[in-house]
Amino acid sequence: MANIISDETIEYVGILAKLELSPEEREQAKKDMGSMLDYIDKLGELDTEGVEPMSHAFPVKNVFREDVVTNQDMREEILKNAPGEKDGMFVVPRTFE
Amino acid sequence: MSKQYETVIGLEVHVELATKTKIFCGCSTAFGGEPNTHTCPVCTGMPGSLPVLNKQVLEYAVAVGLATNCTITQYCKFDRKNYFYPDNPQNYQISQLYLPICRNGKVEIETEAGKKFVGIHEIHMEEDAGKLIHDEWDDCSLVDYNRSGVPLIEIVSEPDMRSAEEVIAYLEKLRMTIQYLGASDCKLQEGSMRADVNLSIREVGAKEFGTRTEMKNLNSFKAIARAIEGERERQIDLLELGEKVMQETRRWDDNKGESYAMRSKEDAQDYRYFPDPDLVPIVLDDAFLEEIRAKQPEFREEKMRRYKQEFDIPEYDIEIITGSKRMADLFEATVAIGSQPKKVSNWLMVETLRLLKENNMDPEDIRFSPENLAKLISLTDTKAINSSVAKEVFEVMFTENVDPEKYVEEKGLKTVNDEGALRKTVEEVIANNPQSVDDYRNGKEKAIGFLVGQTMKAMKGKADPGMVNQILKELL
Amino acid sequence: MKILEMTAVELGAAIKNKEVTVREAAEAVLEQIEKQEEKLHCYVTVDREGALKQAEEVQKKIDAGEFSGPLAGVPVAIKDNMCTEGMLTTCSSRILGNFVPTFSSEAVLNLQNAGAVILGKTNMDEFAMGSTTETSAFGVTRNPWNPEHVPGGSSGGSAAAVAAQECFYALGSDTGGSIRQPASFCGVVGLKPTYGSVSRYGLIAYGSSLDQIGPLCKDVRDCATIMEIIATHDPKDSTSVERQDTDFTAALVENVEGMRIGIPRDYFGEGLDPEVKSAVLNAAAVLKEKGALVEEFDLSLVEYAIPAYYTIAAAEASSNLERFDGIKYGYRTAEYEGLHNMYKKSRSEGFGAEVKRRIMLGSFVLSSGYYDAYYLKALRVKALIKKAFDQAFEKYDVILGPVAPTTAPKLGESLSDPIKMYLGDIYTISVNLAGLPGLSMPCGLDGKGLPIGVQLIGDCFQEKKLIQTAYTYEKARGAFGRKEEENV
Repeated sequence: MANIISDETIEYVGILAKLELSPEEREQAKKDMGSMLDYIDKLGELDTEGVEPMSHAFPVKNVFREDVVTNQDMREEILKNAPGEKDGMFVVPRTFE
Repeated sequence: MSKQYETVIGLEVHVELATKTKIFCGCSTAFGGEPNTHTCPVCTGMPGSLPVLNKQVLEYAVAVGLATNCTITQYCKFDRKNYFYPDNPQNYQISQLYLPICRNGKVEIETEAGKKFVGIHEIHMEEDAGKLIHDEWDDCSLVDYNRSGVPLIEIVSEPDMRSAEEVIAYLEKLRMTIQYLGASDCKLQEGSMRADVNLSIREVGAKEFGTRTEMKNLNSFKAIARAIEGERERQIDLLELGEKVMQETRRWDDNKGESYAMRSKEDAQDYRYFPDPDLVPIVLDDAFLEEIRAKQPEFREEKMRRYKQEFDIPEYDIEIITGSKRMADLFEATVAIGSQPKKVSNWLMVETLRLLKENNMDPEDIRFSPENLAKLISLTDTKAINSSVAKEVFEVMFTENVDPEKYVEEKGLKTVNDEGALRKTVEEVIANNPQSVDDYRNGKEKAIGFLVGQTMKAMKGKADPGMVNQILKELL
Repeated sequence: MKILEMTAVELGAAIKNKEVTVREAAEAVLEQIEKQEEKLHCYVTVDREGALKQAEEVQKKIDAGEFSGPLAGVPVAIKDNMCTEGMLTTCSSRILGNFVPTFSSEAVLNLQNAGAVILGKTNMDEFAMGSTTETSAFGVTRNPWNPEHVPGGSSGGSAAAVAAQECFYALGSDTGGSIRQPASFCGVVGLKPTYGSVSRYGLIAYGSSLDQIGPLCKDVRDCATIMEIIATHDPKDSTSVERQDTDFTAALVENVEGMRIGIPRDYFGEGLDPEVKSAVLNAAAVLKEKGALVEEFDLSLVEYAIPAYYTIAAAEASSNLERFDGIKYGYRTAEYEGLHNMYKKSRSEGFGAEVKRRIMLGSFVLSSGYYDAYYLKALRVKALIKKAFDQAFEKYDVILGPVAPTTAPKLGESLSDPIKMYLGDIYTISVNLAGLPGLSMPCGLDGKGLPIGVQLIGDCFQEKKLIQTAYTYEKARGAFGRKEEENV
């Protein structure tokens, strides 16, 4: 395997992705990611010099909406699925130091 | 301190655009709604929802770019900035990194040291975050997404500023320009204009920049000035002690007059930007840019030059009046109705400024109409009301934008020009105040002032003081 | 004719002619669900009461002449990654295990406006990440042709439900083959439309630039009819395309005279099961006999599609799935210390292994220092792949090939080696990268009695050519379907 994924990398990606892996999952993730990256490295065989990266397969452009209020108060629906709600707001663990 | 240091400052200014709706959904941007009442699936990150760009946001951004001499990116895209925080419902912010709407601009500023240009690196469009409120009772935080998705432009300057004065001149310049465009009201206190300060220091003459810090939470010009001074000193102290300045984000506490680092091992500051696949590219042709350019208003400098030529009012007045788009518009509209420029200017410079200050208001919040101001001026011109009644009416007009003619009529404030009635009142005052009458007759000129006052009081202020004076003198 | 054996269009006509009531149709299919579900598990949610209630309402509107379309009154199943107002929508994930949307996806609304009766939500690979429906948090779905085998994925529940007559047609979504491959494994017709043809509003995103909703159904006529209903321009989806040519049923013409069909040699090389190969080539031969101009050609770049796809899809997924954080909806862990611990625990407990694997990969390829080498590189390769197809479509109207290298594997055989699993998508993935329409339909059975699918690929917006070719082949092929007595 050409790509060796370190513990630090897995830890770092876990911080980015907000995922906490068990020791077993972590070992598996290192292996999987390494082999996936080896596989992705195959793309390096292709000369893509001067090729524009393509986000959308065909050109759609300039899709806009007019600046007109179309939404009514829908607080009740918005909060319907919230795990925690108080005073019309979503409850989260404290964010202030 | 043996060495001489130079402060190098760049600004990231966020401006909330004055659109009716949010950047990617049809929710209102109005202030003051109950929490989460201006939200929908899009701006709360509900699964399956998709963004669609508000065209007005693009037009405002391009207008600001043109006004600040930027090159407009005619093929531009939105990117996602990924980071987890509860005020950010999707846990990514839709912003622009790779192809921002405007680049390479500059604005001219003027300080006591003279004129100079401050470069604008780029301007990009993005969405605002929601609001977090701390709940002491349950020791948790509460999220309100009413502000989530409110359109912002972020104006990123080059590190071209060297002092707090330059920073403030630059901010004033941006504020004027954007207000004049009508793209935002740019109020620092209310957060519709927010500035983050990037600051580093270096020895005078050094070529390389020092390590910079970014300072947030600056919501007044005074706070900005204090934070710049504080951060400059903090960095100099570090260098003098042989320590290093860390590249970090710091939060300014204006009450304590100090800043602290906003650091956490959970903040990797790796935003994994990539083009948002839910939005399509924006391709702007020259005709579109011309259309926006054609709509550009007369900006402050031009306006000041024109006022000097057209109106006979003091230069100081011109500076104050053009210092707010709202005031300048009001001034011109009132003059256009036919009021004398000098008189309009006086109302703005004296009574309006006084009431703004007393009520802790921004000139942009002025509510009364030019029609009503013109009517008030006309009421005084024709002596239909006297100046003290006029001031009283103005105060009501200032807060409630009442029609002065109707108000004066309803409240019966018109000056009594019926000489008979006035003469009768004066006679009564003379009869009731023998002491003052004697004093006056004995050569105490001032005593007549008291008698005028008494008459005005008896007339409930509705008399023309000049006329009262005249009748008094006649009868005495 | 038994109700359950009818195609969607046949049932729609029978309802219109008052030979069958909507309630009878709904009851018949609900009874079938009851009989089959314990064994097959096609659905995450069956809304029995809701379906019967809808049946009454739809019948009234049909009687009043408000609904007169070809599918009015026909019961449908919806893949569980499309929002349905008031009905659980889980993406077969624990993290959305209790999520009840407050709005319906545009495609579902289109169906409802055409008089559809929604039966429930079908099982899928968690967040559409997988090719077997085994990554569902709520248990596997079994292939109606042989319950030892997988139905394919990720729209496995939808494909199996159609094959098992647990619905008359279904909606699926296709990011890398998720409609076409299960259609092939379950012996039904599936179409991934041109990107932008069906609104993605309300589809819970996996890879936004690749995702597309499409039909899974019993025959080509159903496929064209469903497409006419769901392919609409939606101003709520910026990537939605305004098309003028959505009269798909006009292409139900039995004629391929002069149709230029290209067979990419690259799709018939190593790794392709010989039985699949011969069935697919046989389909090509049938079309040739009918007057199509069939020739082989080299498409090129086929082996680069999978690494490009997994880079792009994982990157987009890592961002799309950030919103599942235990704050606004869905699963929140029971105990936590502080905000970041809450995030990590909720997400780690809420997502399954395959989803975590792709989120980790996607976060990595977008992270500082790797963006250019991986993500941008993949987007450049995508451009090259699109160009290769553009060149092919200068010469051909339709590209014909297999859907998958094999027929449905046995349960539990695929998940152990991710790369091997990803290789199974080799013939379907480039279609998503290039935004093209792709249709999968049955063309035979292998020695084990499992269905084999043939894939027809068209240029952007050329669904009609696919439908015409498929319809002609279907007529020549004759009836295909599982006989009731074959039920296991």
